[in-house]
Amino acid sequence: MKPRVAVVTFPGSNDDRDALRAVRLMGGEPVSVWHADQGLAGADAVILPGGFSYGDYLRTGAIARFAPVMDAVRELAAAGGPVLGICNGFQILCEAGLLPGALIRNRGVAFVCRWINVRDERSGDVLPVPIKHGEGQFVGSPDELERIEGDRMVAFRYCSPDGALDDAFNPNGSARGIAGVRNRRGNVLGMMPHPEHAVDPDLGPTGGQHVFEWLLSSARAAVSA
Amino acid sequence: MQPPAEPMHRALALTDDEYDTIVALLGREPNAPELAMFAAMWSEHCSYKSSKVHLRTLPSSGPRILVGPGEDAGVVDLGDGVTCVFKMESHSHPSAVEPFQGAATGVGGIVRDVLAMGARPAALLDPLRFGPLDDARNRYLFAGVVAGIGQYGNSIGVPTVGGEVKFASCHGPNPTVNVMCVGFAPADRLLRGRPGRLGSVLVLVGASTGRDGIGGVSVLASRTLDEDAHTSRPSVQIGDPFSEKLLIDACLELADRGLLEGLQDLGGAGLTCAVSESAARAGLGAELDLDAVPQREPGMEPFEILTSESQERMLAVVRPDAVDAVRGVCRRWGLSASPVGSLVEGGGLRVRHRGDVVAEVPAAALANEGPEYHRPAERPRWLDRVREDDPTGTPLPGSLEDAFVAVLGSPNVAGKRWVWEQYDSLVQGGTVQGPGADAAVIRLEGSLRAVAVSCDGNGRYCHLDPYLGAAHAVAEAARNVAAVGARPLAVTNCLNFGNPERPEVMWAFAEAVRGMGEACAALGTPVTGGNVSFYNESGGSALYPTPVVGMLGLLDDYRLLMRSAFPALGLPIYLLGRTLPELGGSELAEVVLGKVSGRPPALDLETEANLHQLLYECSRQDVLGSCHDLSDGGLAVALAESAIAGGMGFHAALPASDLPPWVSLFSESASRAVVTARLGRDRELESMAAFHGVPLARLGLTGGRTLRFEGLFDLDLSDAIAVHEGTIPKLMSGRRLAG
Repeated sequence: MKPRVAVVTFPGSNDDRDALRAVRLMGGEPVSVWHADQGLAGADAVILPGGFSYGDYLRTGAIARFAPVMDAVRELAAAGGPVLGICNGFQILCEAGLLPGALIRNRGVAFVCRWINVRDERSGDVLPVPIKHGEGQFVGSPDELERIEGDRMVAFRYCSPDGALDDAFNPNGSARGIAGVRNRRGNVLGMMPHPEHAVDPDLGPTGGQHVFEWLLSSARAAVSA
Repeated sequence: MQPPAEPMHRALALTDDEYDTIVALLGREPNAPELAMFAAMWSEHCSYKSSKVHLRTLPSSGPRILVGPGEDAGVVDLGDGVTCVFKMESHSHPSAVEPFQGAATGVGGIVRDVLAMGARPAALLDPLRFGPLDDARNRYLFAGVVAGIGQYGNSIGVPTVGGEVKFASCHGPNPTVNVMCVGFAPADRLLRGRPGRLGSVLVLVGASTGRDGIGGVSVLASRTLDEDAHTSRPSVQIGDPFSEKLLIDACLELADRGLLEGLQDLGGAGLTCAVSESAARAGLGAELDLDAVPQREPGMEPFEILTSESQERMLAVVRPDAVDAVRGVCRRWGLSASPVGSLVEGGGLRVRHRGDVVAEVPAAALANEGPEYHRPAERPRWLDRVREDDPTGTPLPGSLEDAFVAVLGSPNVAGKRWVWEQYDSLVQGGTVQGPGADAAVIRLEGSLRAVAVSCDGNGRYCHLDPYLGAAHAVAEAARNVAAVGARPLAVTNCLNFGNPERPEVMWAFAEAVRGMGEACAALGTPVTGGNVSFYNESGGSALYPTPVVGMLGLLDDYRLLMRSAFPALGLPIYLLGRTLPELGGSELAEVVLGKVSGRPPALDLETEANLHQLLYECSRQDVLGSCHDLSDGGLAVALAESAIAGGMGFHAALPASDLPPWVSLFSESASRAVVTARLGRDRELESMAAFHGVPLARLGLTGGRTLRFEGLFDLDLSDAIAVHEGTIPKLMSGRRLAG
């Protein structure tokens, strides 16, 4: 059976349809969920997509965390179900306290849309994926960063095409080149790069497939458990 | 004794004659709100009063054209039940006054034009012109415009996939900010030919109405900007992209559910324009109740509510029994939806405010019967002198290599990554090829077909010969689209000129329209609409005549897309087309010789069409490894760009000819492309070129880390990249932006 993956649409979500398309392409059953809904329509996994939820006029993700649907997202996370936050979705997960750290304006100030590479900190794989954000600089207090490192919560770091860590390849000034983090349990993943825009070989590199494979296999595992 | 006060109609930029016409139409003197409505609708911006007589000559019909000029946007039938809606518009005047908001609201406006046809906005392109970047104010304008486009486009989730940026001194005081939007709609959801009926309710959807943007069309867009332009800042609207995003989603849902009879955007002239056009289109009158219009502040005067250009509003034309459903959908998206009027018998537009009728005017006269001028045109006297000064015979002052580096690094030619990395080019998942290419390519959902889009204009050519220059703009845009393997289908345009009351400007305008029309007719690409922006001059200096063409093409299978980058080592490189000694108006002449003079290159439209046909066939047969059209900087720049994009060098020998090497390298002769053949396909390419009557010359091979022009000079690929990619960032980094 295909795992069912909910994609939440907040007012101002932009990449929700892209996430739905990517789930379908990668073999999942996508289902669209509205921010004001109380549940996740029976989904085994959930994606909080990119965009500018509620306009992001206060602070990115700061209002979205109060959306009714977020209770269901928290419940799924607490039950060990896979939760993926992409870009604005990552910001929302940080604001909601499901992931550590915060995201602030890029070091270079300007919005940047660019294909970059990230290194998967578990497998060492180098994944070509695009970023497109103005507030993607990952920050945390020194203690927080130590804890994130110590608990092996860093999921992805910005890197050179051959996987080397170098500030020249850090597009936004993120602390320790962090592009994505997981929670300690490993079932909640947030990342600034957009894996949903890197799954279709007709459009470019497919570094994002890896992330969806993780999401779908975790969802399958949760279903059979 | 005090001087007599200026009559109000003059303050609103209406002439005495226009005022007399209004009096005759009404059979009485107009009151203040009525005068404000006429001033807005009969402004140059809304009424096209100086340009209509010329625009009518453009070819505008064809088998694929579903909607031509005169509606919110043109519509082209792509087949299989899919239509493409597209349009270009100018927001130069507001951007000159406040670059960030001016450009941002320009994006918002063009997106609502496409939305008004029931289409989902799917791509944006931005043709921009500024003064040279060594000037702090030009940097401020450039940075502000790019940031404004980025902030708005990124926030509403419409990818910005292309455009062009050029620099010339005359654009310093007159920056040009054009925005093009492309959208798609299922043919059966297209909102056209359904103008509403007697009793239809007018529902104002979206933002509330404030005092921003009052007089935008008559004061800002239809007059020249003077030294005190910054005092016009209150006339610039402020954008709220989040509201726009909700408006897009809500309107598409309304259209999907079949709840709309019609949809009208509120842009220039605000509510006055939307209501009078809705009524006129239906052949009816309208009642409008200003008290029902949600207002941002108390005490707004009727003329303010009527002509406010507050952003992020749409007017839905709805059956009475669908009003509740419309309000429900809008509520879900957090938008207000207020019935503000209805379509009624007769042709009058009656406006009520606090129970009183405050204006009563014929809707059709307001919307469609504005003045129409045959303004005098006169060929400028300086033209012959400038044209006679042909730079083609002038030897280079320095080495060929120096000239190459100067041209490759000139801001016009240099890579624009600094600009387009600030734009989200990927959202919506349709971008097969984004910025920095000959043409952007957007696929149709669930299909192998894609549209190719390009924007082009060449100010120098149009300065030297507006007729030929505008024809070149069409040819180059079509060539760009053909270079990716698409068939050019249709055109939108934005015609940016100076003060039409000056005969020289009017002559250039008429010539440009004539050239554009002939080229569009010859290439089979009708003009589906566009926008005219006059009065782009300040302190007596006008911009170059700047007709910008937006070309739409169709690609049968996007997997056969041709890219400009050299894809592999050891591929044979060919030049397609004939090179003539044509450096008039060229990049080399301006950058190296300091001359904007001579005649632009000749253009033979049959030769041009033959090249397009050849490229189309090459794409279908998958014969080419790469394909790049030639334009600014000629062969030298095209070879360098293909090398830089592919990350590999080449060695190339110029074809045998009588031309001096710098002429061969930098001539901007039209109808040419640089291609590589796939391995083993070179004979096939040669015979196809012969069949289509396109001259072809083998130049050399791809590969290596050097750009090698045999017998002339070498340049390291890394140096070429540094020059090409580094120019704009270097000019923009660490420099103070003037405010």
